Amino acid sequence: MVPLALGSDTGGSVRQPAALCGVSGFKPTYGRISRHGLVAFGSSLDQVAPLARSVRDLATLTRALAGPDGRDATALDTTLGRTGDGDALDGLRVGVPREFFPDALDADVRAVVEHALDDLRARGAQLVDVTLPLVPAALSTYYVLAASEASSNLARFDGVRYGVRVAGDGSLASMMARTRTHGFGAEVKRRILLGTYALSSGYHDAWYGRAQAVRAALTANFARLFADTVDVLAGPTSPTPAFPLGERADPVAMYASDVLTVPASLAQLPALSVPCGFVERDARRLPVGMQLIGAHGADALVLDAGAAFQGATTHHRDAPCTKESAR
Amino acid sequence: MTGAWRTVIGLETHVQLGTHTKLFCGCANEFGAPPNANTCELCTGQPGSLPLLNERALRLAVRAALALDADVAARSTFDRKNYFYCDLPKGFQTTQYVAPYASGGGVALDDGSFVRLTRIHMEEDAGKAIHDRGDTTLVDLNRAGVPLIEIVTEPDLSNAEQAFEYLTKLKEVLVYAGVSDCDMEKGSLRCDVNVSVHREDEPLGTRVEIKNLNSFRNVRAAIEHEVERQTRALDDGTAIVQETRLFDVDANATRTMRVKEDEDDYRYFPEPDLPPALVTDEVLRVERAAIPELPTARRARYANELGLSEYDAGVLTAERATSDFFDAALRAADPGAAKLLANWTTNELLAATADPDVPGAALDELRVSPADLAALVALVERGEIHSAAARTVLRETLRSGRAPDDVVRELGLAQASDPAEIEAWCTAAIDADPRATEQVRAGNGKAIGALIGAVMKRSQGRANPEVVRSVLTRMLEVDA
Ligand SMILES: [Zn+2]
Repeated sequence: MVPLALGSDTGGSVRQPAALCGVSGFKPTYGRISRHGLVAFGSSLDQVAPLARSVRDLATLTRALAGPDGRDATALDTTLGRTGDGDALDGLRVGVPREFFPDALDADVRAVVEHALDDLRARGAQLVDVTLPLVPAALSTYYVLAASEASSNLARFDGVRYGVRVAGDGSLASMMARTRTHGFGAEVKRRILLGTYALSSGYHDAWYGRAQAVRAALTANFARLFADTVDVLAGPTSPTPAFPLGERADPVAMYASDVLTVPASLAQLPALSVPCGFVERDARRLPVGMQLIGAHGADALVLDAGAAFQGATTHHRDAPCTKESAR
Repeated sequence: MTGAWRTVIGLETHVQLGTHTKLFCGCANEFGAPPNANTCELCTGQPGSLPLLNERALRLAVRAALALDADVAARSTFDRKNYFYCDLPKGFQTTQYVAPYASGGGVALDDGSFVRLTRIHMEEDAGKAIHDRGDTTLVDLNRAGVPLIEIVTEPDLSNAEQAFEYLTKLKEVLVYAGVSDCDMEKGSLRCDVNVSVHREDEPLGTRVEIKNLNSFRNVRAAIEHEVERQTRALDDGTAIVQETRLFDVDANATRTMRVKEDEDDYRYFPEPDLPPALVTDEVLRVERAAIPELPTARRARYANELGLSEYDAGVLTAERATSDFFDAALRAADPGAAKLLANWTTNELLAATADPDVPGAALDELRVSPADLAALVALVERGEIHSAAARTVLRETLRSGRAPDDVVRELGLAQASDPAEIEAWCTAAIDADPRATEQVRAGNGKAIGALIGAVMKRSQGRANPEVVRSVLTRMLEVDA
């Protein structure tokens, strides 16, 4: 329908759908694209993120969106840098964290991603086994921090100035409570409650405080790997292929699908999802995404590595939902 | 027998910074605009808006801290204080909780004590909820996002008088430093008080916070009443409840606003939308240089170096404009003229600023420059004009802005000492007031004052009063 699209990626909301739908999605380094105008959910995690059929198109769109912005104090003051290095895979050190291949990973997805890693090696990349011991803690860390920030960011929807207002019993507090009860959906309320709890006095240190500490340590984990050992990290984007609509009624099962995308969100790193093959499910071909993560600010390298991968493979043209695949 | 009651007081003072724009957006920081005129996407809490730190606000905050001898952090951070209220558009106030930009410093009181500052932090003001319009509450967000500093003292004060003096001195420093106008009526300075009472040899008592204090006098009164209330309760064996109380001016007493259990849990966490505020050595240098000599130092200089009275030194330093004008005139004058300059500044010029017929409502708006005043006082000192004539000259300079020397020449106001000219005025005065003349002749020496005054008036102040006295004496004796 369209060649380019925009989403916002807080914990994987662009990379996940890109992987499950067989398109390319890129969450730039935090601050690469201004958040001005973006409705905030988790302010320290939110990034405007493009979707496209190819990484080359993603790079074009990212370049158009990136750059310093006088209206977002957290926007980076550096530019994207040069992209378009066709030989980006040649000699590229690709770290493969064992924590990106957990027991819960779908076996077929694992096989497809391992095959894609072989393709990277065939194009000159050097695969390095690495470890990121805090990755298993990333999911709960993410949900505490994102919900905490969301509980604050969504406070402005109180019925006072704009949007829905439901009359109260005459007091301001009841108007606000009824407005918010009526206006928010169940999942949003769940996260607001979770975040409010995590920030409350008496629980703040155990929840928000600990999550902040894990985030800092995880960020340091990543930084050390990029400083010493690897240029990019690779693994699956999602632990499973697309699941039937309505199958995951349990929110915790739903949250678990973010397990591989939230580490890069917490560390504010550039992360790309590219189609890397298909799995068979109920006689249907479902796309699988590979995630490439770069060092803070290394957006251009991640995009170049992804573009080089697509230059050597055809998965991105093979996507089931594109006109090209119907040919 | 137990020890005497001791009072422990700490103050939290909010001061609006005198910036042109708000703390995190470009809206005007201006008092008295029509409701919600100074608002934008950010300060009304629209989704998608992001804060940008006003560099000027940071600099004024730094200057305030330096003027109060506080230590300024090279790096400070912002936090969100979350609570719901209709005047708080974002549902949180952006403030500095964990790492304020300044700490330490303080204010010296006249009794030799020193009120230490715990911390100074930056934050944004909330809007205003207006409740007195029937059933509805109206919200004005002009104030939402106005830059504030909150100055928190250690519990170093021990009575209401000290609190009053601390606030007076704090205000002086901030006004002199150009940080704020500290006008409580406009809400640009607001103060909350923490008071507790305990026995001399016992641990500190339960703390009560008093809010809604809209003048320094009310701060003093509220503390006095609260100390009395707490002391009486403790004497009766009643425990003090930790709570927030309001000062009711009409009842002249404090009353419960909310008890501790009802207080919001503010759920502080770091503001993700703002990077740390950084203060470079260059900013420190520039802001330190922008701080003028402070009023305490000026008063000491006026008293010790110029020999002015404590009263005059106080009047001269009550407003920075007065003191600056006086100092400028002093620089243009003879060192010995300080007392005369002080008199002219505090009497004639301050009166002129209040006179609707004189152009200019402040010293720096008057048509008399400090150099003009110095020149005028020099004329008086040299005996070239009499002080009554000098007042005429000043009135003319205030009106037209012409230099005093020129006015003296043009109006022919140079002091007249020629006996023939003076004799003519004296004759006219004697003829006009036979009663006084009779009294003088009858031996009432004091009555001559009326005749001298009449001569001065006729001469428009030009006559030398000493010469007038001798001429009158001679004329009346000759006639007798
Ligand atoms: Zn604004």
